[in-house]
Amino acid sequence: MAFLNIWNITRRELVSYFNSPVSYVFIVIFLLLSGFFTFMVGDFFGRGESDLYAFFQWFPWLFLVLVPALGMNIWADEKRMGTIELLFSLPLTTFQCISGKFLAAWGFLIFAVLLTFPIVITVAWLGDPDYGPIICGYAGCFLLGGAYLGITCMTSAMTSSQVVSFIISEVICLFLIFCGWGPFTDMLVNWAPAWLIDTAASFSVMSHFTSIRRGVIDSRDIIYYCSIIVFSLFTTAMLLKNHRS
Amino acid sequence: MYCYAISLLSGWENIQMPEAGLYNAGAPEVAAGGEMIRVENLFKWYSRRLAVNDLSFSVNRGDILGFIGPNGAGKSTTMRMITGYLPPSLGCVLINGIDMARFPIKAKSRIGYLPENAPLYSNMSVMAFLKFIALMRGFRGRTALGKVNEVLERCFLENVRHQRIDTLSKGYRHRTCFAQSIIHDPDILVLDEPTDGLDPNQKREIRKLIREMGRTKAIVLSTHILEEVETVCSKVLVISDGKKVFDGVPSGLKAMSERAGDVLIGINSEDRREIIETFENIELCDKVEINQGCDVMSIRLCPMKGIPAEQIKLAAVRLCMQNGWPIDALSITQGTLADVFHKITESQKES
Repeated sequence: MAFLNIWNITRRELVSYFNSPVSYVFIVIFLLLSGFFTFMVGDFFGRGESDLYAFFQWFPWLFLVLVPALGMNIWADEKRMGTIELLFSLPLTTFQCISGKFLAAWGFLIFAVLLTFPIVITVAWLGDPDYGPIICGYAGCFLLGGAYLGITCMTSAMTSSQVVSFIISEVICLFLIFCGWGPFTDMLVNWAPAWLIDTAASFSVMSHFTSIRRGVIDSRDIIYYCSIIVFSLFTTAMLLKNHRS
Repeated sequence: MYCYAISLLSGWENIQMPEAGLYNAGAPEVAAGGEMIRVENLFKWYSRRLAVNDLSFSVNRGDILGFIGPNGAGKSTTMRMITGYLPPSLGCVLINGIDMARFPIKAKSRIGYLPENAPLYSNMSVMAFLKFIALMRGFRGRTALGKVNEVLERCFLENVRHQRIDTLSKGYRHRTCFAQSIIHDPDILVLDEPTDGLDPNQKREIRKLIREMGRTKAIVLSTHILEEVETVCSKVLVISDGKKVFDGVPSGLKAMSERAGDVLIGINSEDRREIIETFENIELCDKVEINQGCDVMSIRLCPMKGIPAEQIKLAAVRLCMQNGWPIDALSITQGTLADVFHKITESQKES
């Protein structure tokens, strides 16, 4: 019953994603930007290597802009339109609601990421790539997207304004990137103790994403992403409960 | 009845994620008698503001309870607590004997709810939306589709079934949301301003539908329109500033009017001075109001306390007969709900 409820919510959300023109704009912009970063900024051909390093490298930044845009209306819209009242008068738990909506958005994001498959074909055609890192890279992207999306879901539950939700999630995601990003930690090295930098870096999506991207599946990385998702969805539940009382 | 004193804890259950079955374990199946909704000592604070103040009432099967009160009196808040959307600060709501705070899933499945302003997912078609609700209400496949078709027919929505909700007129939107609330044929219907924003014909249709369903269900509806209470409801509850100020039948509410039980007599005669003199000295009346119209003069006689209006009416008729004044109209006023509504909600505010 619980799974059925989640599935019904997910299906409704997915249908509404695919019914809305905004989603297609999202997909097109995402594909264009990922192509631009890979070929222009990442110098895909200049590297002369048959891997997707140039492609995956940009995902934390690409998602930083796009994922909050995708998820900012998950709850903000429901609150603004009043449908949240309809939803919570149905016989289902808050958890089922939240996970249904999250899974739909995540599913849509995964769909968009999978549409980058031509780049895999390109690499396979031009050279002889190692598929392990490519598969891991995609898995890392999904997890990264899920973590950002969880955070956006949480900020969306805070407010009924999409813009506010977008900005707050942007700031949180940016923090998660910066706290482990090389140039940023180098800046701290001079005055902060090493353990502090290490602790901060362990909160970073960057360090966890880098190792998955290289093809190393470390349970710590997976636990890291999953715990961000679970934590943010749990906070979402608290925020929604607070909104209602 | 078991009652939660503080529902903070019970609200917590909502986010503790176990399967629906867990909530329902041990929930009682049937309520005592025909009592479908029971609200006990309900309080609701919004930070410092007290929105609902010690409200208790019950609704039986076959009752249509009209919930009236000025704007901001706490009608919507109370309805949201009955439907489980808002947790009460104190007190409890029993749906068919099931405590909403302890078994929200089971209790919610018995209720159909039409929220204020009829919120809908505007990017779906009417059909898709109702299908979604049917699935969420636990129907599958063909049965779900059958239920959707049934309510489409009942709410006169067949010709817009494939239309997107954001292209619908307000009347259709309202009816779509209404259809959503009755799709699972619930025992209890909670309707927040069901006829708000509809044209007179649509209002009549919806009222007819509510009356029909009221025979077998327990219905709570809120409204600003006092005639609606008279035409639709079998019980009425007036609240003001979150407090109950009246609970009874509509005729009982009307009887509270100062004007109720007055004798109204219209006389079509030229002997105006004589008439005025005679009626001003009539016995057993507290007050006599005379209104001189163009053709007909109308006289309002307010009987003294304890004197039946019928007696005054007969006396007035006798006087007219004796003097040969032709009676144009004769009635005993019932008092208007608007009068009483104004009186009791204002006096509550002053106190």
